[in-house]
Amino acid sequence: MRLVAVKEQSRIRVFLDSDLVHNFKQSPVAILATLMTLACFIVAAFAPVLAPHCVEPVCLDLMDGLTPPAWADYGTPQYPLGTDEQGRDILSSIFYAARVSLIVGFAAVAFAMVLGVGLGVIAGYFGGLVDAVIMRLADMQLTFPSILVALLIAGVVRSILTDLTDRGVLSGIAFEDVAVFVLIVAIGLSDWPRFARVARGATMVELNKGYVAAARVLGLPARRIMLRHVLPNLMGPVLVIATLGLALAIIAEATLSFLGVGVPPTNPSLGTLINIGNQYLFSGEWWITFFPALALVVLVLSVNVIGDWLRDALNPRLQR
Amino acid sequence: MFSYLVKRIFQSILVMLAVSLISFLLFAFVGDPISNLVGQDTTIEEREAMREALGLNDPFYVQFLHFVGGAVQGDFGQSWFWKKPVAGLIASRLPVTLELVFVSAVLAMVLGMLLGVITAIHRRHWAAKLLLTVSLVGVSLPTFLIGIGLIYLFSVILGWLPSFGRGETADLGFVSTSLLTVDGWAHLIMPAVTLSLFQMTLVLRLVRTEMLETLQTDFIKFARARGLGRRSVYYRHALRNTLVPVITIAGLNIGILVAFSIITETVFQYPGVGLMFLKAVSLVDIPVMSAYLMLVALIFVTINFIVDVLYFVVDPRLRTQTG
Repeated sequence: MRLVAVKEQSRIRVFLDSDLVHNFKQSPVAILATLMTLACFIVAAFAPVLAPHCVEPVCLDLMDGLTPPAWADYGTPQYPLGTDEQGRDILSSIFYAARVSLIVGFAAVAFAMVLGVGLGVIAGYFGGLVDAVIMRLADMQLTFPSILVALLIAGVVRSILTDLTDRGVLSGIAFEDVAVFVLIVAIGLSDWPRFARVARGATMVELNKGYVAAARVLGLPARRIMLRHVLPNLMGPVLVIATLGLALAIIAEATLSFLGVGVPPTNPSLGTLINIGNQYLFSGEWWITFFPALALVVLVLSVNVIGDWLRDALNPRLQR
Repeated sequence: MFSYLVKRIFQSILVMLAVSLISFLLFAFVGDPISNLVGQDTTIEEREAMREALGLNDPFYVQFLHFVGGAVQGDFGQSWFWKKPVAGLIASRLPVTLELVFVSAVLAMVLGMLLGVITAIHRRHWAAKLLLTVSLVGVSLPTFLIGIGLIYLFSVILGWLPSFGRGETADLGFVSTSLLTVDGWAHLIMPAVTLSLFQMTLVLRLVRTEMLETLQTDFIKFARARGLGRRSVYYRHALRNTLVPVITIAGLNIGILVAFSIITETVFQYPGVGLMFLKAVSLVDIPVMSAYLMLVALIFVTINFIVDVLYFVVDPRLRTQTG
């Protein structure tokens, strides 16, 4: 019992002494980006506690509608970033919307990662026909930009759902509840080939190493070798792709929501907020679009910077 | 070379077949074509007769062959919302998208190369460093935000440029173009810049890297030693040697411009095929959607095929390898 505890502690020690952590401490940009990202996570996770106002339709006061930010003329400190046309506090909306954006982003990347890494490892491990079929499929999909694939899937599924609802097949299921899942699957499906390519390449490298040969000699089943021996060694490159993929997924989510095939306005994401606010841009109510857009940019940039840093830090060729 | 090309053609046909199957499934099983084509007062017998006449009672594979056969001849049926043949709708809107993509591609190439050369020559100048940093930030911004930003600056605050639509166009008989009218350019310039920014950044960085490398080589040193002018050294010797990778990358990325034109068209309400697709999605206009899917697949398969062939033409090493 005690032995295990000591071992766990030393693992943390090893991690803290590693090059990765040392490299991280040397990079003020990476630290700043991590802090920003963490701030976004915290705000999103504790939105109900941190949001200064309730955003449900029942607690809105139309009389407060279209209030400018606090520092502008006619602004009040009650609504620091102003309100939308229904009197909804922009700051609180952003907190809740960041939540939706991050949930969709993480879920989509997780979906793409499980699918892509799974297929990639299988392709790399078995080779031959299995490899050919899986990688041709990936190649074919890669001829289309991922945002286009996501858009087409989301658009097609949306019209199918609308049709089913019209025919009464889906009675009892609100379209709004399905929309987020559709979006996660669409973005996830659009991004799996990148994971598959990296996982396949790395798997083929690992297969030539002694420990896999040893595991084979021991007579371990293929499934166990793939899951317990090869998979943990792919985590470095996969982590880099996943981080950069998270930024891409958040952008994809915002773009699709802006185009009207993403998250519906009932439980808006950052893209939906920007889409709604865009209609008020011409009458001069810039804050309804600007602040959600700013939040989106900060989030995407921070995640991107972390991803870039991680890629450089984990790349042995760049280390002196 | 031959076996490689055959392989690529085979793969292209496979992609087209897969996409047309998806389009067909959408066409055959989503929505009811009859009730979208006739009025309320049509009797059940008339509907049934129409169903038979349109071949909707045929077996699955016959319908699919019929569908593919029609698509090859450019027949995608009637739009449920616009009540017009889909082929005509696409024919009137595709040139708009292609025009936008073309202007963006030219803009990206010309400005990207120019800025790339300048930032490579003056690489220690603060303005060059600033440009590089800004370009990096610009790449990670979503396209639609750049569009909104431009609209807010140039249409709302300054009031210089129109923010939506295509404006006045010149009619060339079979096709209309915005390139011949001042109003057309005023409407085109913001969408084109928005669409080209990403590509421009890519070209800029690529040209800069290649230029920095080329400027170190011996033949540039020799050109300088011969006493050639700066302009001749930079543009006639150095830039020419960076062109091959730049053109390949730019060609490959034409597809990205086509994809992102959907977003740009929506932001600026520019009446191209992308905007038509999104409208069709919200109206559940299945014939338009399935035709659009096949159109997009065809465009991308064609672009990729051309780029593959170009690789062969440009890089002789590939020719010696067997498929």
